[in-house]
Amino acid sequence: MNNIKANRLKDQIFKFWGIACTLLGLVLLAIFIGSILIDGLQRIDWDFITSLPSRKAERAGIYTALMGSVWVLVLTTIIALPLGIAAAIYLEEYARKGKLSSLLEVNISNLAGVPSIIYGLLGLEIFVRILEMGSSVLAGSFTLALLILPIVIVSTREAIKAVPQSVRDGSFALGASKWQTVARQLLPASFGGILTGVILALSRAVGETAPLIVIGALTYVPFAPESPMDEFSVLPIQIFNWISRPQEGFEVNAAAAIIILLLITFLMNGIAVFFRNKWQKKLG
Amino acid sequence: MRKFKEVFIEKSLLTSALITILITLGIILVLSLEAVNFFREVPIIDFLTDTQWTPLFTDKHFGIMPLLSGTLLTSFIAIAFAVPVGLSISIYISEYAPRSFRKSIKPALELLAAVPTVVYGFFALTVVTPFLQSFIPGLSGFNSLSAGLVMGIMIIPFVSSLSEDALHAVPNSLREAAYGMGSTKLQNSFRVLVPAASSGIIVSIILAISRAIGETMIVAIAAGQQPRLTMDPTVPVETITAYIVQVSLGDVEHGSLEYRTIFAAGITLFIFTFLLNTFSYKIRKKFREKYE
Amino acid sequence: MTQQVNDNIVDKSIKRVHKLEAKGVKVFYDDFEAIKGIDMQIKANKVTAFIGPSGCGKSTFLRLFNRMNDYVDGFRMEGEILIDGENIYKKKVNVEQLRKQVGMVFQKPNPFPKSIYENVAYGLKIQGIKDKKYLKEKVEDSLKQVALWDEVKDDLNKSAMALSGGQQQRLCIARTLAVEPSIILMDEPTSALDPLSTAKIEELIYELKQKYTIVIVTHNMQQAGRISDYTAFFYLGELIEYDKSKKLFTNPEKQQTENYITGRFG
Repeated sequence: MNNIKANRLKDQIFKFWGIACTLLGLVLLAIFIGSILIDGLQRIDWDFITSLPSRKAERAGIYTALMGSVWVLVLTTIIALPLGIAAAIYLEEYARKGKLSSLLEVNISNLAGVPSIIYGLLGLEIFVRILEMGSSVLAGSFTLALLILPIVIVSTREAIKAVPQSVRDGSFALGASKWQTVARQLLPASFGGILTGVILALSRAVGETAPLIVIGALTYVPFAPESPMDEFSVLPIQIFNWISRPQEGFEVNAAAAIIILLLITFLMNGIAVFFRNKWQKKLG
Repeated sequence: MRKFKEVFIEKSLLTSALITILITLGIILVLSLEAVNFFREVPIIDFLTDTQWTPLFTDKHFGIMPLLSGTLLTSFIAIAFAVPVGLSISIYISEYAPRSFRKSIKPALELLAAVPTVVYGFFALTVVTPFLQSFIPGLSGFNSLSAGLVMGIMIIPFVSSLSEDALHAVPNSLREAAYGMGSTKLQNSFRVLVPAASSGIIVSIILAISRAIGETMIVAIAAGQQPRLTMDPTVPVETITAYIVQVSLGDVEHGSLEYRTIFAAGITLFIFTFLLNTFSYKIRKKFREKYE
Repeated sequence: MTQQVNDNIVDKSIKRVHKLEAKGVKVFYDDFEAIKGIDMQIKANKVTAFIGPSGCGKSTFLRLFNRMNDYVDGFRMEGEILIDGENIYKKKVNVEQLRKQVGMVFQKPNPFPKSIYENVAYGLKIQGIKDKKYLKEKVEDSLKQVALWDEVKDDLNKSAMALSGGQQQRLCIARTLAVEPSIILMDEPTSALDPLSTAKIEELIYELKQKYTIVIVTHNMQQAGRISDYTAFFYLGELIEYDKSKKLFTNPEKQQTENYITGRFG
């Protein structure tokens, strides 16, 4: 009886430990966001968003970095989206089980685990030097596109896999070809799931810093990029730059820019979750 | 005609899939070509045994050990923090928490992984380090303790989410068997479910380690840029990734030895994470067969 | 069963009379009413069989007696379940203690992915018993009771997953016996087994009823007829008829019972 009581007590203790652990990360995140808001919120105004960078903290803004992020985001999407979805369709619907498909599978799983900074080294040699793009928006976008490609492929495959087999059977039975089945049935049915994965991948790209530093993105750009071949900076690099400066004012700038970056990231995640829920309901 | 179109489409899709293999080949080629150039000038034995890393000084040393020790130290701190916490979370969510709570807590935890790492770096530098300094007097402004702990927070969801999936995949019949004999949830969790889900849990831990080793911005911001061979968590160190960032920020000429050091450092990092990822993939493959 | 009893484990206050009783029991899963008000008394040291078509609530009802439904989402219960006159759904009842007293064997054999020895010793170990000699004796004793000892005595450290389905199920029964319950609930224990293994388990049940109160859910009416003293027929969450097995199978009172046992539906 005593043993059983002791076991119950241990069980209760672990339960509270589990709750504490679960809340720990979230509480820390809340503390951090709170402290950032206190530091940075007062600094955010329209000027902060529309001003060019400056060596004086109180006059500096994030305009060029923000525009750089937008450019990179759009180009990354244009490059990674068709490539990733096409690869996923091949793996899920066309590939026969065999050496090639298992090689592709191991390879994609491995790519997903390659540290982002390694993609930076790849981009530096291939895009910046060999293809002579220089440290341009285009080189940065290609680098990030390769980085998020495995994520896009994996999530697209999941979404296509979730479409019931009966849909395929039905389409084939009516005489549709494979591609017709994919294009008219599977892609529309898995659209919500694909969208969720793509948005999540892009939210990862928005926050990436290291690979872009490696390909030579600037920490100080006086002008917003106007073409894909222009040099650029992005929001996270701007934040990094401000963090590394000793003057007090820049820390406030960093906090303010972090608020904007978190806003973008959380918004994208929120949209992704929204689409996922909507899509899952539709799929039943 | 229709046949031709179908074949053309299939080939295009195949090409897209094959590009992923090109990426891997590209990474391996780029890293090893530059690294080979590096090792022409620096004997590999020096690279592995020299205890100093000073490529940017006049007295140049090219020993990877200090960078490696910095990487392993920060990763170790992160893992030592994230694994117990993450595993406890996964057990709590999978076995104790009410279902409604489970549904809302999982996306909330995954938000921890969505925060950009540069933001975590700022957190480590401006919040965690000053806080730790208030009761660890000798703590330097840059240190591996603070960076490691914050990195731990970042990888908690990697551990908790995958482990929770593994626990959840354990057939309910085992749970019922253990409860049926009078187990408490705690006994059921640690004596039956965790052993049964061990492969999935191991995978989650390996992936977390791989993630910690490759993490860049947190350590570049909060752990410092001083390569030193030490296990002391209170002093500045430099990781492999932070070194690559440091060189990239400076003005290093293409083709110079300094330029090549980042590829030598990069290939070291790549080999580590490649081995870890391959290992976890193998386990995952086996694990999947077990339950399907 | 050896009478060597470890003072730590066995609560002397538990009487070895093992009568089960349900009073006005209703069970809900969210809004669905799975059990619609059942009153029933189950006799000590007898085998009672629950029969009825799939979804009639017989398994749900069985699992009330060791509170296994507690973990099912949306589960809610009204009424009382009494064991020897004690309501087991009272707040202060220790569920782990209850389950030690009311053992359960499941539909599919569910050995833990551990060695044969560890499987049988599990229930004792979680009570904190560490005495190796006692554990060993207990494992041997339990395996002998289910006539598995001779088949596995040289392989005690081998994984239980390597046993055949029938052996696994006997192992699960041995595992249940090792903690010395007074009541054993069996939820279709032979439905996943071949005829030969089924025969062995039925034989075993026949022997076990000398010492235990056994309640068994079964799909197989021949089985119910062969091994049970009493049989209860459930239909759509209600207890339709409950009587001595001989009587129920040869001369049922209710039309529904007759339809079912003669195979007109189910």
